[in-house]
Amino acid sequence: MKNKFLFSVLIGVAIVTGTLAFKNISQQTPFNDHAGLALPAGFSASIVANNLGEVRHIAVTKEGGIYAKLGSTKNGKGILFLKSNNGKFQEQNGFGDYGGTGMRIHNGYLYASSNTDVYRYKLNDKGEVENPAKAETIVTGLLDHGEHNSKSFTFDNDGNIYVNVGAYSNSCQVQDRAPGSMGRPGCPILDSAGGIWQFKADKMDQHYGDGVHYATGLRNVVGLEWNQKDNALFVMQHGRDQLHDLFPQYYDAKTSSILPAECMYEIRKGDNAGWPYIYYDQIQKKQILMPEYGGDGKKMADKKYLNPVMAFPGHMAPNDLLFYTGNQFPEKYKNGAFIAFHGSWNRSPEPQAGYFVVFVPFKDGKPSGKWEIFANGFAGQKVVMSPGKAEHRPCGLAQSPDGSLYVSDDVKGTIFKISYKK
Amino acid sequence: MFPTMLKERYLKSPIKNNWMKKIFVVEFLMIVFGFIIVSAFKYRPSETRELAYTFHQQKKPGEIVYEKYCISCHQADGSGVPNMSPSLVEGSFVLGDKKPLVKIVLNGLKNVTINDKTYNNPMPALGSVLKDKQIADVLTYVRNSFGNKASAVTTAEVTEARK
Repeated sequence: MKNKFLFSVLIGVAIVTGTLAFKNISQQTPFNDHAGLALPAGFSASIVANNLGEVRHIAVTKEGGIYAKLGSTKNGKGILFLKSNNGKFQEQNGFGDYGGTGMRIHNGYLYASSNTDVYRYKLNDKGEVENPAKAETIVTGLLDHGEHNSKSFTFDNDGNIYVNVGAYSNSCQVQDRAPGSMGRPGCPILDSAGGIWQFKADKMDQHYGDGVHYATGLRNVVGLEWNQKDNALFVMQHGRDQLHDLFPQYYDAKTSSILPAECMYEIRKGDNAGWPYIYYDQIQKKQILMPEYGGDGKKMADKKYLNPVMAFPGHMAPNDLLFYTGNQFPEKYKNGAFIAFHGSWNRSPEPQAGYFVVFVPFKDGKPSGKWEIFANGFAGQKVVMSPGKAEHRPCGLAQSPDGSLYVSDDVKGTIFKISYKK
Repeated sequence: MFPTMLKERYLKSPIKNNWMKKIFVVEFLMIVFGFIIVSAFKYRPSETRELAYTFHQQKKPGEIVYEKYCISCHQADGSGVPNMSPSLVEGSFVLGDKKPLVKIVLNGLKNVTINDKTYNNPMPALGSVLKDKQIADVLTYVRNSFGNKASAVTTAEVTEARK
């Protein structure tokens, strides 16, 4: 009897301790510190702002203030300003009554883009926009059909701005995203979208006709940046979606979950990256004819298009690119590329992928080694089955004056700061 | 060091009392089971449930259509893709009048705004791809999955909507 009593007590204790022991272990995920992020040794992260709205790209002033562009307006404002006060941030009055993605600082101006236009605002000697009502329209009237409408941009050193106009289509099918629909001959979308346009950075009211059609055959570029070492434009293309959904006779779901590659291209004037006629297969390391244009997953294109300088697995959605010029991070990061991957949606039934920041080492303006995951854990879960469940999705990158890296998130409007200390 | 400790406690226990030995063995087993059970529920609970579901039930005809034509954009749990493809969980589009819902599948939909959110990925017209029964099946599935509960869509209703 006494033994039986002891027995049941011990079982109770065992269940409780077993459960607690496990709970402790399960909480010891590598994401515990650093604002929920997993980072390389020596790096730490903190959250500097939260609940800002759909923060797309961000820009940091010399004084350390952060400007954030919202995908859609919040309380009627599309641009937010976080003023730096000894490492703490105070949110100031927002401005700009339009949603959009692009946000950069260039030559004493804050540049911002809606889904059709690029505007700029003069910064004063404190790095603040004094007159938000006085926006100058730099580029206007770019196409917005909803799909791929981010007008991301960057600058060179010769007074030019490069603006992405994404293709308003997945693969230029007669019926966009309809199973088996073939490609439109001589894809007419390419005349005014699916490429990069170059404009003057300080000339008002420019339209397509005032710009240079700098590069074509790029389906959609959200992250682009000028590489100072190479003096060339680098872009991250979002590769096409749904190979298996649209052409199941050539692609099974597993293959379709990793193809085609998300590509980094080094762009020179006049380059053609081949959309919608080809895609880059990172496993065969070949340009493959799109099924919409007679391909079967193996056939190569007759004509050669621009090859990527680096290829990543499909669908991870690279939304920003930054070349690190700071002195805070270890030597290997100097001049290398950080890429914010927004995370995939069309990998079902496979789990989704991305939702992290990647690093690519560079030497003399070219990738010099393999890519690696730099910051992970934004989604707040180990396996993301559907994108709507991700807690955060990396979307924008910026470097602070002291060399820390900021990562913005367009789900909860969080800005993460990643720093290094020996 | 730790395994040796365990060994001593559970296997080479100096306790002569047979009952006590048994208790320790049971305790050890409970901890192991505790780990297994908790881990099964801790990670991927939905998958565990899905697994249980597939063991007990055959896939519905509408589910087969959904997995072939809808799942990429609207997701396995119907939650959609933020800013791209709307959620199918609740909402008047899914649970409301059947005829406009059937027409969305037949004719597609572009840049729809729901609760001030615009969804930018177009839905293709599936009228020439799917048969009336397949559309009825998939809509019945959608109206009764992901927590939704609404009346079935019949093949006749799809045929009527095509007119």
